[in-house]
Amino acid sequence: MKPPRFEYHAPSTVDETCALLASLEDAKVLAGGQSLMPLLNFRLARPAHLVDINRIGGLDRIYERDRGVAVQALARQAAVEDSELVASVCPLLSAAVRLVAHRVIRNRGTVCGSIAHADPASELPAVLLALGGHVVARSKRGERKIEAGGLFAGVFETSIAPDELLVEAWFPKSPKPFAIFEESRRHGDFALAGVVRAGDTLALFGVAPTPVLADAKDPSRGLQPSSDLEATPEFRLHLVRALTLKAFAA
Amino acid sequence: MRINGFDHYPPQDARRLLSDYLRHDVGLTGTHVGCEHGVCGCCTILLNGAPVRSCLMLAVQAEGHEVTTIEGLAPDGEPLHAVQQAFHECHGLQCGFCTPGFVMSVVGLLAQHPHPTDEEIDEGIAGNLCRCTGYASIRRAVRRAAELSR
Ligand SMILES: Cc1cc2nc3c(=O)[nH]c(=O)nc-3n(C[C@H](O)[C@H](O)[C@H](O)COP(=O)(O)OP(=O)(O)OC[C@H]3O[C@@H](n4cnc5c(N)ncnc54)[C@H](O)[C@@H]3O)c2cc1C
Ligand code: FES
Ligand code: FES
Repeated sequence: MKPPRFEYHAPSTVDETCALLASLEDAKVLAGGQSLMPLLNFRLARPAHLVDINRIGGLDRIYERDRGVAVQALARQAAVEDSELVASVCPLLSAAVRLVAHRVIRNRGTVCGSIAHADPASELPAVLLALGGHVVARSKRGERKIEAGGLFAGVFETSIAPDELLVEAWFPKSPKPFAIFEESRRHGDFALAGVVRAGDTLALFGVAPTPVLADAKDPSRGLQPSSDLEATPEFRLHLVRALTLKAFAA
Repeated sequence: MRINGFDHYPPQDARRLLSDYLRHDVGLTGTHVGCEHGVCGCCTILLNGAPVRSCLMLAVQAEGHEVTTIEGLAPDGEPLHAVQQAFHECHGLQCGFCTPGFVMSVVGLLAQHPHPTDEEIDEGIAGNLCRCTGYASIRRAVRRAAELSR
């Protein structure tokens, strides 16, 4: 239960980070560490290099852009939870971030890290998808925008390249009505299944390898959720239908 | 890095977890280690005043920051911190294994919500596991700590 051997790098600028990511073989970005550190401790991840971005200055801003809100790579989930700007522009994001783990975890975990990690049961990727947001990825090759629809590729997989740093995630203003509901075994645990409503758009999490958009009239159509000790596929489908009804009751 | 007001040499090895550095290198064994993946909350410390899991940080990451452990809340010979006093009065502990983590989380909770509602209390302690108390006495201790902190 101790991290494997790795070479540690702590760049102080985005350019330096991109140069490291371009030159190092088998490197992982370390942001809040709330997903990566458990993986290292369990030795489920054994990267040769860790590029710790926590020493980069000025990468923790939360600001208004293009009638939405941009959250930079080092903005902690707790800061987003407390942000008045987020509460006024994108209250759906404020509501969603409160469902992520516990405050002590959110004090360190980042919104961008949660999106880059792409856990299928994670709330924030589904929120980004429901709202039609995007992320901005930077590398030595340049900067590009990746729309939420083209970002999530599979379980813990995204279209962010190994040499790219996700510098910010952008969430459009949340339409009304909006809602996020989930069911988990214990408070603060990952959800068994969850739904996000943004206006007429519905996104689901915890029921497919990635967050998915669905039809509110028949939300469970075509889904084949996984089975584990906590829930059967049938139960997950039942939750999706029940939570969708609740989200669209308003 | 500064730990409980004193400067310490940084760790030799980058893969040293902050929890292990505190316990094995600095000798501050009040920070407990249960799960090493962020779930139990026993290893919670304050980083620049906000509670975080020390098992999910590398010790090198704390360099240049202020770390407070359970030992730093009430140095030897001084009265207990309000949260410690409240846990003592309300029987908020039995075996004590979870206690340092609870106390540090509650210090953070009260900094965020000085007059917490019952819901905020449950929310604030939900990330810490206790196998002994059944949590009722811990909830009482949080309410008492809020009173004592006034
Ligand atoms: C007890 C516990 C409960 C949790 N419960 C939930 C929950 O209910 N819902 C939920 O969604 N999450 C939950 N989490 C995970 C938490 O939200 C993490 O904070 C988040 O998933 C990862 O963010 P991070 O900043 O900690 O990233 P890290 O752990 O540092 O990194 C995670 C991954 O993303 C990559 N990465 C991070 N930032 C960037 C970047 N800027 N550019 C490129 N790649 C990057 C890393 O290389 C790594 O592969 C929980 C965690 C714990 C410990
Ligand atoms: S030892 Fe850190 S949370 Fe369990
Ligand atoms: S007092 Fe024993 S685990 Fe909490």
